[in-house]
Amino acid sequence: MRYDAIVLGSGPEELVGAASLAGGGRRVLVLEAGPEIGGAAAAEELLPGFRVDPVHADAGFLDPRVLRDLELDRYGLALLAPDPVLAALAEEGGALTFWRDPARTRVAIADRSARDAGRWEAFAERMEAFARILEEVAGRPAPRPAGPLRELAPFLGLGRRVRALGRSDMTELFRVLPLPAYDLLEDTFEDALLKGALGALSVRGLFQGPRAQGTALALLHHLVGSPTGCFGTRTVVRGGVGGLIEALDGAARARGVELRVDSKVERIEIERGRAVSLRLADGSGVAAHAILSGMGAARTLLDLAGPTWLDPDFVHALRQIRCRGGFARIHLALSEAPRFKGLAEPAAGTIVLAPSLDYVERAFDNAKHGEASERPVLEARIPSLADTTLAPAGRHVMSVDARFVPVDGRDSSAGFAGATAGDALADRAVALIAERAPNLPGAILGRKVLLPADMETRYGLDGGDPYQGELALDQLLFMRPVPGWSNYRTPIQGLYLCGNGTHPAGAITGASGRLAAGAVLADLEGHG
Amino acid sequence: MQIARVWDAIVIGGGHNGLVCAAYLARAGRKVLVLERRPILGGAAVTEEIFPGFKFSVFSYVVSLLRPEIIRDLDLPGHGLHIVPLESTFNPLPDGDYLATWADSEETRRELYRHSPRDADAMQEFGRLMQRMAMAVKPLLATEPPDPASLHPRELLAMGRIGKHFRDLGERDLHALVKLMTMSSADYLREWFESEALVAAKSASGIIGTFLGPRSPGTAYVLLHHYMGEIDGVFRAWGFARGGTGAVSESIASAARGFGAEIRTDAAVASVIVKGGRAAGVALESGEELRARTVISGLDPRRTFLELVEPADLPSDLVAAVERFRFRGSSGKVNLALSELPDFSALPGAGPHLKGAIAIAPSVDYLERAYDDAKYGDFSRRPFMDIVIPSMIDPTMAPPGKHVMSIFVQYAPYARTGGWDDRSREAFGDAVVDTLAEYAPNIRSAILHRQVITPADIEAVTGLSEGNIFQGELALSQLFFLRPAPQWADHRTPVGGYYQCGSGTHPGGGIMGASGHLAAKAILADGGR
Amino acid sequence: MTTAAVRTTPFHSRTAALVRGHTWRHWAGYVVPASYDLIHDLEYAAIRGTAGLIDVTPLFKYRIHGPAARALLDRVVTRDVARSKVGQVLYTPWCDPEGKVLDDGTVTRLAEDLFRLTSAHPNLRWLHQNAVGMDVVIEDETYDTAALSLQGPAARQILNLVADRDLTKLKFFRAAETSLGAIPATVTRTGYTGDLGYEIWVANDRAEALWDLLIAAGAPHGLQPTGLLAMDVARIEAGLILIDVDYVSARRALIERQKSSPFELGLGWTVARDKAPFVGQRALERERVAGSAWALRGLVVDWDALEELYADVGLPSQVPALPWRTSAPVYVGGRQVGYATSGCWSPLLKKSLALAHLEAPHAAPGTEVEIEVTVEHRRRRALATVAKTPFFDPERKRA
Repeated sequence: MRYDAIVLGSGPEELVGAASLAGGGRRVLVLEAGPEIGGAAAAEELLPGFRVDPVHADAGFLDPRVLRDLELDRYGLALLAPDPVLAALAEEGGALTFWRDPARTRVAIADRSARDAGRWEAFAERMEAFARILEEVAGRPAPRPAGPLRELAPFLGLGRRVRALGRSDMTELFRVLPLPAYDLLEDTFEDALLKGALGALSVRGLFQGPRAQGTALALLHHLVGSPTGCFGTRTVVRGGVGGLIEALDGAARARGVELRVDSKVERIEIERGRAVSLRLADGSGVAAHAILSGMGAARTLLDLAGPTWLDPDFVHALRQIRCRGGFARIHLALSEAPRFKGLAEPAAGTIVLAPSLDYVERAFDNAKHGEASERPVLEARIPSLADTTLAPAGRHVMSVDARFVPVDGRDSSAGFAGATAGDALADRAVALIAERAPNLPGAILGRKVLLPADMETRYGLDGGDPYQGELALDQLLFMRPVPGWSNYRTPIQGLYLCGNGTHPAGAITGASGRLAAGAVLADLEGHG
Repeated sequence: MQIARVWDAIVIGGGHNGLVCAAYLARAGRKVLVLERRPILGGAAVTEEIFPGFKFSVFSYVVSLLRPEIIRDLDLPGHGLHIVPLESTFNPLPDGDYLATWADSEETRRELYRHSPRDADAMQEFGRLMQRMAMAVKPLLATEPPDPASLHPRELLAMGRIGKHFRDLGERDLHALVKLMTMSSADYLREWFESEALVAAKSASGIIGTFLGPRSPGTAYVLLHHYMGEIDGVFRAWGFARGGTGAVSESIASAARGFGAEIRTDAAVASVIVKGGRAAGVALESGEELRARTVISGLDPRRTFLELVEPADLPSDLVAAVERFRFRGSSGKVNLALSELPDFSALPGAGPHLKGAIAIAPSVDYLERAYDDAKYGDFSRRPFMDIVIPSMIDPTMAPPGKHVMSIFVQYAPYARTGGWDDRSREAFGDAVVDTLAEYAPNIRSAILHRQVITPADIEAVTGLSEGNIFQGELALSQLFFLRPAPQWADHRTPVGGYYQCGSGTHPGGGIMGASGHLAAKAILADGGR
Repeated sequence: MTTAAVRTTPFHSRTAALVRGHTWRHWAGYVVPASYDLIHDLEYAAIRGTAGLIDVTPLFKYRIHGPAARALLDRVVTRDVARSKVGQVLYTPWCDPEGKVLDDGTVTRLAEDLFRLTSAHPNLRWLHQNAVGMDVVIEDETYDTAALSLQGPAARQILNLVADRDLTKLKFFRAAETSLGAIPATVTRTGYTGDLGYEIWVANDRAEALWDLLIAAGAPHGLQPTGLLAMDVARIEAGLILIDVDYVSARRALIERQKSSPFELGLGWTVARDKAPFVGQRALERERVAGSAWALRGLVVDWDALEELYADVGLPSQVPALPWRTSAPVYVGGRQVGYATSGCWSPLLKKSLALAHLEAPHAAPGTEVEIEVTVEHRRRRALATVAKTPFFDPERKRA
């Protein structure tokens, strides 16, 4: 028996892909290697009753088309909107808070710099306008400039959108896209904390400091789909990424998708350049017209399909994809929420510790030379403040991303792994937060540290990169995941990619799954 | 006595671009006057006898990118220009070995093979790709950038032509170009090469003149920029001018004079006289006023727009853009008068390697650490150095048997914490000599004289803002239609009859002359008299 | 530590003593004799009449072994390596993913899982790029292995004088591991002359001994040290193409037009059908169906026509003293339909020969074309006929 399509993996993009294919009337099978649907995205229990998302974060921007098409609200999806969205912890105690209402953020900034406050709203609006342009690009397959002319048609619409910005904003867009966030922020603001916080957000998904070109684009990239000035947490899904998985699982099953766990795929079988079936670890095989993989491009094509049918240039390109997560994740189970000095309201959104741009740059310097940051940039969340389902009553879960951690020998002189290294970094991170929230150390009931090496071995994320490829200028749009192969297809017919390593990438949006399913459906129809 | 003489064109600044522009205008029959603030011509391309008998190319020290059509059009060889190719590169390494490249590709292959057999293969393919990439970018350098915000059919057509040009490159080359435009030189080179010494040596050309490290995205473009000289059938166009880089300026000046241009030194311009929204002449610092129908600034964008004219008369967008334009000079020079040649431990003796470029760039980490020092406001304790010994090629540069050595040094940040003074300048010079002595121990005793130049000195002497040798960083956000500012990347300005021709305009950078040539074309196209 | 600018081969002490005219040629970073005497005629005569001994050390040589050695080679080259037997040599081109030729050379199967690949350009990186995920060892033995080519009717006789076993039975394109004198060597019955001949591969440190051995045994049989010029004449007569001269490697081409497929180079016979996937396979299968735009063919320039062109200016007809490799346009009815890339006067056939790329419709043997020739400083066109190669194909080559 032959499925129309088999989806490898059961993360959010894969489930969106599977549900969309089934919605298109196709017979779909999802194979999950692990014991639970969700794979790396499945929620884990840190301690009984404390639920955390092991590696992913930020399920808060789902492509509205995915929400609508899959009717996720019917399957229990609920979106929460914590406020403030971002709290930037100051060196001297206290914090700069960013709110959903830009005017309220302006007031907060005014305490530190009247000049910056005056510039905030215009900056936020301009950034939002730019992000809208990127959103336009993110919603469809990335057009390939050297590809067929019909692929460029959407570019025309985009060109009109860009022109509609007006001369001043349009030229500013061209200037900002390749700009270092450092320059963008230095051009605009004077307050070190404000610049540091936004600088920290601009290096997410990159193994670079804020002085690197392309970091301004990364800042914009993360802003896609956000309300104006919402640089931190946009919305969160109740139940976290785990909650999203449950809803997607429901939607997929309702559309007739068959899901199997504990089904590790050993090999993609290829005949005459076409993927025809999968061989599982137990020796059994399953045949399909199309195979959609949520794994990274290199894992899928080199490890599962093998290089036999691939051109050496393509193989070379696969091996050049830079995956450099560069951060460690620290999960904490807490008996009480941390109380930050000088911060009146609970920090329900993103909490950032990056008092200045130089602080961020220096944190990267360490990693560049092969060591974990002495004073890491911290990006923390306490999702249980907004979502009481994640921890027992009155208790909390907190996750802290500590940047930067060296990834491998290729980019730094030493690798970074092992329990000692991880614990030392986690201790430093906790101590840094404790300077601002002294009750934190005493509140810790449980702790778990994930280094890039753990994310790679345990969750299949090369280089510990949840984006399956750095969000660098040369790895976006038609260059993602491999230059010229941005349309979810691969040189092997019938084999498709839908993971975060494909366009548009970034936060979990479902866009890759949806667009990849579109490519599969188009091809299946083409073949009758 | 000149009574109210009106020039067709006055060029402010006798740097190489100003002189090129003047020469082309004079060749077209215009009455042209060039005004240079200093007693000598050339701007940053000057040769000066700093110590008796020792002549230095004080600032700019190699000629790489001077456009061949300029050499032909102006018959520069007829005016004394003779460029001698700089054929080899030599990088001593801390482990006592070295990495060299030679004029002959097979000999280079043999040398690279010692370090990595695969890299020896890769180098030839890499060279081919760079050649194609330089061919792909070249048409853009030779034309005015279109204004993407304009709906004028001419601009749309130009945009369309560029789009077609890139599509015609084919997928593979287009992707390679995108990578070069966006990646760091270290990342890009690691896609090709495995030898650390080779990646470091090559990535160093990606950081020259920038305030970036080899791992910073954007440096791959600078790498490509340095390959530009190697097309047009003048492969290995890197070279010395006999008589130093001042000889380049002198030859262009001589050509300009030959076409009838007048050149005045010791003539510092205070401002451009603007009447009724049009440039009408210039006022000298001496108080003298000179009238002209066209005024061209060869100075950098900051001086062109914020000092020579009244910023209040300019559109606020332009002023804001120029204020944001980044200079951040990051390099210094150390010029040495030597009693004997340096003796490198890695390759002892006065071999052919001393006739080429010598670089201290042993590893990417080394370069990054040099950059780290500068990021936080100090010069590199162990800097990157690009060294040439011009007296090896042109013995007239030094007394017989003696030598001059030119050391280009990065990083020396203009905005050094605590500023630059005599003490910090000499400390910087010491860091350079100490580092060099690790590779050539005899250097200390061979030094007869030492001239140390910080970015602050570059600014003070040449007028280049913040000492940036390119009149503004060669960063993606400052290239093409953004150089120096959107809408004003075509060498024109909002002031009628006022033009810009310095390296701070498209295409910019190096002793290229293209900016001066394009400006002259724009002026002639406008029919400005 | 400064080293000489060019490499010399391990035979240099012997060849240098014999190159009377100081006529050297650069080849892949080495210098080797272009001819030993000022005129190469006798060396050519030796190839066709007795035997010539040619230093071919500069060829690139790779030793490929391990469980996936066969798979790697099958992935790279167009011939079907799986079907080759131990002791067999395959001549083969290899291609880029678009099916354009990168290089050509030989694959010798020395054992089940052990091969030697020879090539004109370096290919180490290419082999590694194709070996991703394969259990195979690639050793560059270019600079450790010396090679001599023994070519001509007396080659077998001379070789048997020194070999520790009778090589008479060694068939065309077969290899044998043997000893010559006491020198361990691989002998392949291959060459670049289209004649009876062998190539002998030994470790560098045995090179001089091998040379001395062969010269001592061969001299009484007319063995002649031979340079590249004579070999060039012989290879044109044999219709064997030369990289960088008759075609541009796709790796070095700057524009598409410079590239050629195996079909376009007359190597269609080397593109195996139904073999394991190899680089360029899809493109080549498409070309096999759709047909090729170009074909590489021989041209025989019409002697009478040439004579007439010279007679027009009052000169006796002249033939080029050296094999030539400057491109010459080829016309049909006044329109250019191709270009000749190399040619020579064949002293044996008494014909002016050329190898030419022709547009497919004009490539049928027997087609009359015109080739540009320069007669007394003026460009003229001489009648020429498209011919099948080899121009010269003696029985002894395969017998």
